[in-house]
Amino acid sequence: MHKESELRPPLILGDKTWHDITEDVCRPTESKANKWWWLAFSVSVAALMWWIAAVSYTLGTGLGVWGLNKTVGWAWDITNFVWWVGIGHAGTLISAILLLFRQKWRLSINRSAEAMTIFAVICAASFIVTHMGRPWVAYWPLPLPNQFGSLWVNFNSPLVWDVFAISTYFSVSLVFWYTGLIPDFAVIRDRSKTKWRKRIYTLLSFGWVGSAKNWQRFEEVSLVLAGISTPLVLSVHSVVSMDFATSVVPGWHTTIFPPYFVAGAIFSGFAMVQTLLIIVRKVLNLEDYITIYHIDMMNRVILITGSIVGVAYITEFFIAWYSGVEYEQYAFINRATGPYWWAYWSMMTCNVITPQLFWSKKLRESVFATFVISIFVNIGMWFERFVIIVTSLHRDYIPSSWVMYHPTWVEAGIFIGSLGLFFTCFLLFARVFPVIAMSELKTIIKSSSQGAKAKAAKKSSTSTEVHI
Amino acid sequence: MSAKDKKFVYGLFNDDEVVLDAVSTLRHKGLRVKDVISPFPIHGMDEALGLDRTRIAICCFIYGMLGCSLALLMTYYMNIFDWPMDIGGKPSFAFYKNLPAFIPVTFESTVLCAAHGMVITFYLRSKLLPGVEPNVIHPRMADDHFVMAVQVAEDSDRANVEAQLKSAGAIEIIK
Repeated sequence: MHKESELRPPLILGDKTWHDITEDVCRPTESKANKWWWLAFSVSVAALMWWIAAVSYTLGTGLGVWGLNKTVGWAWDITNFVWWVGIGHAGTLISAILLLFRQKWRLSINRSAEAMTIFAVICAASFIVTHMGRPWVAYWPLPLPNQFGSLWVNFNSPLVWDVFAISTYFSVSLVFWYTGLIPDFAVIRDRSKTKWRKRIYTLLSFGWVGSAKNWQRFEEVSLVLAGISTPLVLSVHSVVSMDFATSVVPGWHTTIFPPYFVAGAIFSGFAMVQTLLIIVRKVLNLEDYITIYHIDMMNRVILITGSIVGVAYITEFFIAWYSGVEYEQYAFINRATGPYWWAYWSMMTCNVITPQLFWSKKLRESVFATFVISIFVNIGMWFERFVIIVTSLHRDYIPSSWVMYHPTWVEAGIFIGSLGLFFTCFLLFARVFPVIAMSELKTIIKSSSQGAKAKAAKKSSTSTEVHI
Repeated sequence: MSAKDKKFVYGLFNDDEVVLDAVSTLRHKGLRVKDVISPFPIHGMDEALGLDRTRIAICCFIYGMLGCSLALLMTYYMNIFDWPMDIGGKPSFAFYKNLPAFIPVTFESTVLCAAHGMVITFYLRSKLLPGVEPNVIHPRMADDHFVMAVQVAEDSDRANVEAQLKSAGAIEIIK
C-alpha cells in the first residue's frame, strides 16, 4: 500500500470511508438538478443556439460573412482554434504526465480535466470545419484515393500534420477518458434503483466486474496510455505552432514556437481547470475532495508555465532585434506600438504580470483570487493568439496591402457560441457522469485522507516502540 | 462463474488489507482461491493470487511498430513513389531527404495505432463491450466490499471452506 507522511497536507478532508466517496460522487447523478445548474444550463444553451445560427449562416452564405480580407486571411477562427486546443492540454497533462510523476493530487481532478480536454478539442475542431467553408469536403485533408489522379495530400505540409495530430489527440484522449470511466459507471450501475437507469449504466459500463485480472490489465493500460499520451500532448501543440513557424511571415517564423506554445497551452489549460473546478466543487459539494491544497498545486503550475511564457515573449523580442532582419523587427515594434497595441498590452498584463501574483501563498490559497486570476489568464491567452495571428498578418511585405481586421457579429457568435457548446457539454457531464475518478481516489483514502492521517499521528505519538 | 454456481464459495470482506492477507493464508492452506473482486486495484493482489504478468504492453508495442511502418509506407508511396510533387522549389524525389518532414505524421500514426490497438485488445480480452451483462455477486462489490471466490471440488467441502473464509476475516458468506 502507498504510504505517506502525516505531515503532508491531506488530499481528502474529513474522516471519509470508501462508501462516503461513492455517495458523494454519485449524488449529483442521482438527484435532481438545483436552480443554479438550470440557470447555467439555460445560458449555455442560449449561447449554443447563437453558435448554431452563426455557423449555419456562415456555411449557407460563405466565408464572406466574416471580417476576413485578402491580407488577413486567418483571424478569430484560428485564434479560437489554437486557444481551445491549448485549453485541452491541461487535461492530458493532469491525467498522463502527473500519473507518470505519481502525483496523487491528480486523482480528484483528472476526470473533469479530461472531460474538459474532450469538449475543448470538439470546440477547436468546429473552427477548422467552419473555416473550411465547405464542411462536406472536410475529408479532403485525409490521405484517401480520389478522382484527381490520385493527387495525394502533401505530407510535407504542417496543415496535414495538424490533421493527424488533432485527430490522434482527440481519439486517444477519448479512449483514455472512457477506459477510466468504466469502473465508475459500474458503481453507479450497481446502485441503480430504476430499470432504465440500470440499463443505461450497464451499457455504459461495458459489463465491468473488478476481478483481479481486469484490474491488473486496467492498471497496465492506464500506465502505458499515460506513457504514450505524454509525448503525444507535447507533439500536438508543437505541430499547431508549426502551422505558423514553418511559414515565412515575420513574427511567425521562429524556432521558439513549439516549446513556447506547449507552455502556453498548459498555462491556459490549468487556468480553465481552475475556473471550472472552483465552480464544480461548490455546486456539487465536492470541497472535501477538491481542496485548497489542490488549488494551490494547480496555481503553482500556472505560475511556472506563466513564467516560461513571459520569458518566451521577451526572448522573441530580443531575437527580433538581434536577428537584424528589419521585417522581423518591424513586426514586433508594430505589435507593441501599432494599431493593435491594446491587444498586445492586454496579453502582456494578463499573461506576464497576473500569474506572478501567485508567488504569494495567500493568493494561491484564496479561492476568489484564483478564480479572478484564472479568468485573466484565459483572456490573456486568447489575446496572445490574436496578437500572433492578426498583428503579423495585417501589415505584410507590401504596405499598399496594409489593412485592419474587424470581426463581424457572425465571428463573435461562433466564438461566444463555442463557449456555450463547451459549457453545455460540461454541465451535462457533471450530471450524468461521475466527476471524480472514484475507483482511483479510493486507493489513497488509507494514506492521504485527513481521518487516516489523524489516526496515524495519534498512533505514532502514543506508541513507545522504536522502529528501525 | 455465476453466483448460483455450486462450484464456488464466495466470501465477502470489507477491508483490502484483510482480503490480501486472507488470499495468502488460504492459498497456503491449499484452498483454490480463484479471484478477488474489488472496487479498486489492490497492489500485490496479482502476486498473491499467482496471476501471470499481463502482456498487454507488448501488444501495445507491436501495434505501435505496425502504425509506424504503415505511416512510413504510406508517405513513401503517396508522396515519393506515386505522385511526387515539387512545391515551392522543394521537390519530393527521395525518401531519405523528405523523411524529416514525414516524422510528425509517422509519430502520430504510431501513437494512434498503439493506443487504440491496446485499448481494443483490453476490451476484447477482458470481455468489456456494450451490452455485456455483468455478474454482480454482491451489490456493493464495486462500492466498498471485496468478494473472494474459492473453488470447491465437492459440495461436502463447502462447510470447511466457509469456515476457513470466516476465520480469515470474511464478514459474510454469499449464498
